[in-house]
Amino acid sequence: MIEFELNGQAVTSESPPNTPLLWVIRDEQKLKGTKFGCGIAMCGACTVHLDGSALRSCITPLSAVENRSVTTIEGLDSDAGKALQSAWVEEQVPQCGYCQSGQIMQAADLLENTPKPSDTDINNAMNGNMCRCMAYTRIRKAIKNAANGGGA
Amino acid sequence: MVMAKQTRPISRRTFIAGTAGTTLVMSLGSVLPGCSREDAASELAAGASKQFSPAVWFVVDGTGSVLVNIAKAEMGQHVGTALARIVADELGADWSKVSIKHVDSDPKWGYMVTGGSWSVFTSFAMLSQAGAAGRTVLIEEGARMLGVDAAECKAHGGNVIAGDEQVSFAEIVAKSDISRTFSDEELAAMPIKPAEERHLIGKQGSALDVPAKSRGEAVYGLDTELPDMVYAHPLIPPTRYGSSIKSIDDTAAKDIPGYQQTLALSDPSETLQGWAVVIAENFPAAMRAADAVEVEWAPGPTAAVTEAHILAEGAKLAAEPSSGVKVVDDGDVAAARENAARTHTATYRTNTVLHFTLEPQNALVEYVDGVFHIHSGNQWQSLILPVLAKALEVEESNIVIHQYYLGGGFGRRLFGDQMIPAALAARELGRPVKLIFQRDEDSRFDCVRSPSVAKFDASFDGDGALTGIEHAAAAGWPTLAMAPGFLADGVDGNGKFDTFSISGADHWYTLPNHRVRAINNDLAQRTFLPGWLRSVGPGWIGWGVESFMDEVAAMTGEDPVEFRLARLDAAGKNAGTTPNSVGGAARIAAALKDVAERSGWGKELPAGEGMGVAVSHGQERNMPTWTACVAHVAVDAETKAVTVRKIWQTIDCGTVVHPDGALAQAEGATLWGVSLALHEGTAIENGEVKDQNLNTYTPLRMADVPELDIKFMESKEFPMGMGEPPHIAVPPAIGNAIFAATGTRVRDLPIRL
Repeated sequence: MIEFELNGQAVTSESPPNTPLLWVIRDEQKLKGTKFGCGIAMCGACTVHLDGSALRSCITPLSAVENRSVTTIEGLDSDAGKALQSAWVEEQVPQCGYCQSGQIMQAADLLENTPKPSDTDINNAMNGNMCRCMAYTRIRKAIKNAANGGGA
Repeated sequence: MVMAKQTRPISRRTFIAGTAGTTLVMSLGSVLPGCSREDAASELAAGASKQFSPAVWFVVDGTGSVLVNIAKAEMGQHVGTALARIVADELGADWSKVSIKHVDSDPKWGYMVTGGSWSVFTSFAMLSQAGAAGRTVLIEEGARMLGVDAAECKAHGGNVIAGDEQVSFAEIVAKSDISRTFSDEELAAMPIKPAEERHLIGKQGSALDVPAKSRGEAVYGLDTELPDMVYAHPLIPPTRYGSSIKSIDDTAAKDIPGYQQTLALSDPSETLQGWAVVIAENFPAAMRAADAVEVEWAPGPTAAVTEAHILAEGAKLAAEPSSGVKVVDDGDVAAARENAARTHTATYRTNTVLHFTLEPQNALVEYVDGVFHIHSGNQWQSLILPVLAKALEVEESNIVIHQYYLGGGFGRRLFGDQMIPAALAARELGRPVKLIFQRDEDSRFDCVRSPSVAKFDASFDGDGALTGIEHAAAAGWPTLAMAPGFLADGVDGNGKFDTFSISGADHWYTLPNHRVRAINNDLAQRTFLPGWLRSVGPGWIGWGVESFMDEVAAMTGEDPVEFRLARLDAAGKNAGTTPNSVGGAARIAAALKDVAERSGWGKELPAGEGMGVAVSHGQERNMPTWTACVAHVAVDAETKAVTVRKIWQTIDCGTVVHPDGALAQAEGATLWGVSLALHEGTAIENGEVKDQNLNTYTPLRMADVPELDIKFMESKEFPMGMGEPPHIAVPPAIGNAIFAATGTRVRDLPIRL
């Protein structure tokens, strides 16, 4: 049995230690906001935070989060995270929306470490998050909007 | 699936009106017993649950809320928002009280398809008339309540207003008891508001699906669960057709906790050939077991086919003078060639492209009381229902497809073939089955965009002027494979062709002699299931047409913009017809002039940089979205790396129903054009796609995004489609810009210098 913290709550899983965290979150904990895309950590749809840093949950074994703290889109309540979610609505970012939980989690990590990111910072941080609808220009605008305190 | 502000179950009784036959019943009034007349407030409260549903498309309740039923798939185009705005505008509703529901596959919704950029185009009149019918009745009843003449009233903001007096839709529905029937003819004659009186269509507004999608709360097919379900993982045969299973050995899987069994599937519809699924208690176990189970297949006859084979077959077919079906045959191209002082031939090709919807294919199926309940996002319920009926050997009435958000459509979800294995397994196991494809399987089972070959032969007279073009285009045809009833007849009555695989060749340039032949590449057809991919035919036809136009302009020494404008003269068949293509080629010409001016066409650029231009008329000649595009590229002299610096687009799609949604589609479609031009493409190898995941399949990413400058022409003409058209002109504009920058003509997609 593996214990970890999920969105501030202590949870346990009986699954084998090599079970990808993504499926523990989605199918055991029933938090469906984190998505399955490529399964090889190259699309970013499965991005969550581990102790505050962005992480691809599709290739992270359950054992790696033992006694650590995992945050998903459902539990994102940092100031940066909330600003991003408002900016996502203000800029009307999502199209199909499937990648957007991962985009927001990745962007929240970016803003925690780089509160005023340049275009290059955004490229470097976000290039691993694919948006198949290619809503990239709005993702960039929304990150800048959130970094500027909204309403930009 | 209900999205937006509230969820409200709808009683079937509200739909007593509606679908059958040729009349649409207006049933205004109570679905509950009438209320007593004690006081107005309690009467209103009691009336809150009353409903007014003049057509199947919407319900107004006694609180004044309007629920619009959306029979189109939401895959990122905010279609529910656009369609609800059409209803709400005509109705005179308060937009803040409008919500939408994506409906299941009940026959009452009529023919269900979301594709072709058709949704607004095909729904606009019908939903406007339904809204107008509702407004008419609400005004009549409101006028009665206000004691005024209906002619003095208007409906606006959820109220019927006469001078200083008004009564809300809520009060009217809660307190009234009226029913009225409208025939189709009466509905069709419903007065539609003049464009000047619209308060939602064409105005800025936000999309109803965006908030949930920004909080991780939107429910996609993959997110659905049922009690007692098991998970299934596909074991896909080495060829799409003709494979059979020789043996299955699951010895190694038996040690995996949660593994249950492996089922070989028999599909009477023959959509699945040589398929098996691994069944497990959870998906991680299913994934592990899928790796552990050993299946030996006898592969089908196309197991050794490659991309090169298919392209060679296409080139061979295109070179045969009489191959294919005539789609356009204006003038006499043979005579033009015979009399030509000079001819020029070029061949344009495109390689296999994956849909790569980020949500992998999946379906959850429950078989209960003889009915298959299928939970899965889908674009064309009316296409897959008969296939499912054949596969499951039941009537279509025993199948219900429940709709969810689509994690990308792009045409992949036009064919719901992934539902079949889940349904077969659910029936066999007597339990709900949730089938999920991993990415490799999703790519291998994709209905890809076919490789294509287009051969162009141009003739020039003694003065060097262009006298004719023959265009022969060969590819796998999705419509032949999946919906042969939609094939069209050749212009000379000989043969049938897939309009979706040649559209765009019937362009709006005036040419004295012009012939187009559509050719089915039978090797492609036998090797894989050709699919409709965003923009479909125009997506690759336009690559050839607009690149070749540039090539001819260069040969005749004309400026590419001037060369096009000279032939976009709106003469003869290119004059356009009312209402869809009113203005004809003159509207492309206007867009082209606009984009040339805004982009500074003709300005001096540094060495290694260039600008290219291309135009399109969208998906179909009879549904033209006029676009003109300029791309500015830089090509590195050493590495030959192409950087797209900026793309300008000018788009005329007639009335823009949801401007920000249209802009979002234009942005995404433009970047799709960049991606298909420079970043993504695969090849058939050993009978299936070579690149199956993002380690080698490389769509556009954030760092590759060029500056975009997109403008919509002001128009009050009938609204056309927006989901696909802005993609079409982008790849040829980039190819033409590369020619301008380097002098090298690129003829293959993706572009590799």
